[in-house]
Amino acid sequence: MSDFKVVYEKSRPGRTGFSLPVTKIGDSAVDNLIPEQFRRKEEPLLPEQSEPELVRHYIELSLRNHHIDRGFYPLGSCTMKYNPKVNDAAAGLPGFANLHPLTGSENCQGALELMYELADLLARITGFNRATVQPVAGAQCELMGLLLIRAAMKKRGNVRKKILIPDSAHGTNPASVILSGYQVAQFKSTENSMISADHIREVMDEDTAGIMITNPNTLGLFESEIEEIAKIVHDAGGLLYMDGANLNALLGQARPADMGFDIVHYNLHKTMSTPHGGGGPGAGALGITDELIPFLPTPVVEKRGDEYYLDYDRPDSIGRMHSFYGNFGIMVRAYTYIRHLGAVGLKRVSENAVLNANYLKERLKGTYELPNDRICQHEFVLSGNLQKKKGARTSDIAKRLLDYGIHAPTIYFPLIIPEAIMIEPTETESKDMLDYFVDTMLKIDEEISSDAEMVKGAPYTTPVRRLDEVKATKTLDVNYQD
Amino acid sequence: MPYIPNSEEDQKKMLDSVGVSSISDLFKIIPENLRLKELLDVPPALSEPELMRHLEEMAAKNRLSKISFTGGGIYNHYVPPVISSIVMRPEFATAYTPYQAEVAQGTLQVIYEFQTHICRLTGMDVANASMYDGATSMTEAAILASGYTKRNKIVISDTVNPHYREVMRSTISGLDLEIIILPSKNGQTDFNELEKMIDDSCACLILGQPNYFGYLEDLERGEKAIHDAGGLFITVADPISLGILKTPAEYNADIFVGEGQGLGLSQNFGGPLLGLFACKKKFIRKIPGRLAARTTDVDGKPGFVLTLQTREQHIRRDKATSNICTNEALCATAATIFMSMMGRQGIPRIARLSTERAHYLADKINDIKGYSVWNNSPFFKEFVVETPVPANEVIQGAAEVGVAAGIDLGRYYPGYENRLLIAVTEVNTFTDCDKFVAFLSAQKTR
Ligand SMILES: Cc1ncc(COP(=O)(O)O)c(C=O)c1O
Repeated sequence: MSDFKVVYEKSRPGRTGFSLPVTKIGDSAVDNLIPEQFRRKEEPLLPEQSEPELVRHYIELSLRNHHIDRGFYPLGSCTMKYNPKVNDAAAGLPGFANLHPLTGSENCQGALELMYELADLLARITGFNRATVQPVAGAQCELMGLLLIRAAMKKRGNVRKKILIPDSAHGTNPASVILSGYQVAQFKSTENSMISADHIREVMDEDTAGIMITNPNTLGLFESEIEEIAKIVHDAGGLLYMDGANLNALLGQARPADMGFDIVHYNLHKTMSTPHGGGGPGAGALGITDELIPFLPTPVVEKRGDEYYLDYDRPDSIGRMHSFYGNFGIMVRAYTYIRHLGAVGLKRVSENAVLNANYLKERLKGTYELPNDRICQHEFVLSGNLQKKKGARTSDIAKRLLDYGIHAPTIYFPLIIPEAIMIEPTETESKDMLDYFVDTMLKIDEEISSDAEMVKGAPYTTPVRRLDEVKATKTLDVNYQD
Repeated sequence: MPYIPNSEEDQKKMLDSVGVSSISDLFKIIPENLRLKELLDVPPALSEPELMRHLEEMAAKNRLSKISFTGGGIYNHYVPPVISSIVMRPEFATAYTPYQAEVAQGTLQVIYEFQTHICRLTGMDVANASMYDGATSMTEAAILASGYTKRNKIVISDTVNPHYREVMRSTISGLDLEIIILPSKNGQTDFNELEKMIDDSCACLILGQPNYFGYLEDLERGEKAIHDAGGLFITVADPISLGILKTPAEYNADIFVGEGQGLGLSQNFGGPLLGLFACKKKFIRKIPGRLAARTTDVDGKPGFVLTLQTREQHIRRDKATSNICTNEALCATAATIFMSMMGRQGIPRIARLSTERAHYLADKINDIKGYSVWNNSPFFKEFVVETPVPANEVIQGAAEVGVAAGIDLGRYYPGYENRLLIAVTEVNTFTDCDKFVAFLSAQKTR
């Protein structure tokens, strides 16, 4: 019985789905342990459901999701690669899953070792001596990294005022800059969607604390002038932050530390194959230069002899940024992945991710406009301009793809490409799947030529069809009312 | 390589269509001197059986206590197996942010139900789809309050979770905000001081209910003081406590924040967690994080979308209400199923069982010579015991008999070295409590 009711509409008074003991002294006696002025007047009007009904409800909902285990998910910038099951098995080991964070360090040596070793592996991958695994997402990495820059600048004597960001940057970059107390100094990419060293020379000044660069950038292009850019920024007393959302392209190929970056962030939920969870949880990490080590967030996992411990005694630290130590459950998965792949495996990842992307790019570029016709790294950005002239926009192409069982690429980002279609296949897709995607994209182009209106009405085969977002904004039904 | 489908032959065909002769040609765009000539300095691959053995050995180095009274924001509440059996389904676990609503109705409806559950538990009008953790939610609430009131003083009691206060201090350290810490007396916010310190330069007041020590505070006095001064009232609460305790809405809070770990998540060494955030309707356009809304499709069928996205970083960039993008959606999914399952009767049951057992243990400990419950304030599931020896020694000793005794308050409050914070949940049996009591009694006579 497939329906579109929310759980409240299926609730019946008196049903229970839980199995818990009853109170010994009776509920009203328990209530009297707490003075009435502190007690709620009515019980919370949550649903009343039995276990089997509840399971069916959520299984039915789950079936309405597209997900990586079912089909292709070329969502650019998000690295939707296969999430190995062994990672989940490792994270579910009771010794990890049931550990309280405030247990004494003698009781959590395994967990501390894992965090220490993961940070070390991550640092090696990007060429730094040190990394922290405390951040829980890319955006938190950014804020933490910017606060490290702030702390370092303060130590040097002048916090400075602004951070340079290219117009191709992800939205979290400027949002994080504001939260860190800096101003955003946005600059234009070149016609080739790159950063030019000459331009940085012009805009870099004594008020600029640093620059945030995504490399490969959000168009999937390697910033080839990066060393010169680093020199210019460093000579003017600034620091370089690398948004490493795209590290999948670099694994075993090149290291951000060698390029001159002072900080690199990792999205473990992208590069290191941890599940995206319908929006999270993810986990992040920061690799940093030695200059920044004193400012690392507390606590820092350290090793003395064979013993691991949490170091809180760090007077220059920017302080804690998570309730405990970060998303440990995700760290276990990332660690498992890196140990499973080893040095050779990591290199195969970048090789095949980049090969897959270039293959798709070559096969699609005759039909869709390719603003930057060059070798790309792990992803590339097409424009839906030609299709728009024929009557259907990028958003329509995205919706039509859903009818063919493919998740849409990232669309309308980066902002510098009109009608952007950002495609990241990842290394875990087969040539057969890539060919199916190409065939589908070509077919959609033909459909637009012959019947643009049909494409504009897509999708047709999904659990629901195009949804009324304007109505959603108007009625703002965000909280079910009986 | 188990996760890479390309065969050599596939690779060759693909290279041909790209028009290059080898994979390394694809990396020539990277300047020669930057290209790694050697493999990464990372250990060689482990096969899956070796890998699992290695991880099992690592996990085995962690010593779990059979009986635990450690809380402080992470609680050992019962997690029914139903939760993981649904949450670990790839349909939920391997999807991402619902950017294409038509193929993400599962995730979107779950978020909508989550928002509704949180609203009903707290009495608030609007809840978001989750934040990183309770500490981040609290920080985001303070930032919202400052933006809304155009004031820069954040007033917070020192009885609010010290970790949350640390996270807030670090997170906003670059902003022009001032944090004012209210002192406490006997585990309670000093409301006389509070009334003196709050004025019309204060953006908000943040109080916990129960507070970090487990005690219940006279929130009405705080509410009146901050609202009279024109600031916002923010309360931090344990969602399980709301099974029986007065809701943030009943206290006339503007924003509720809290940690949702107790709603069906394992302890996981402190993460991932689940930041809860709910507020009055008038702040809906200022709320950080994602929001799901119910609407209809072109055929009139009900369905769900993300709404008011113009608040978010991917559209508003430097003017966004928050920088958060990836959130804790799967944890919210677990909490949604947990709340649907426990429901109207179950959440109050968990709250009552925890209350009953906590009070049982407190009374028993109070009877042990040398030990006493710190003060007579009403409490929920957590309380403080004054110990005859440093609390840390009690913790060490209890660990030997398989009991995690709680948290040494001296860690956070200088001078509180002889105070032990004890948390009790429905998972702790009366026998567990008796065992702990027996240990403490024996300690004293030794
Ligand atoms: C380029 C880029 N930077 C930053 C982020 C932010 O990462 P997160 O969503 O983990 O906060 C993302 C992804 O969302 C991204 O694609």
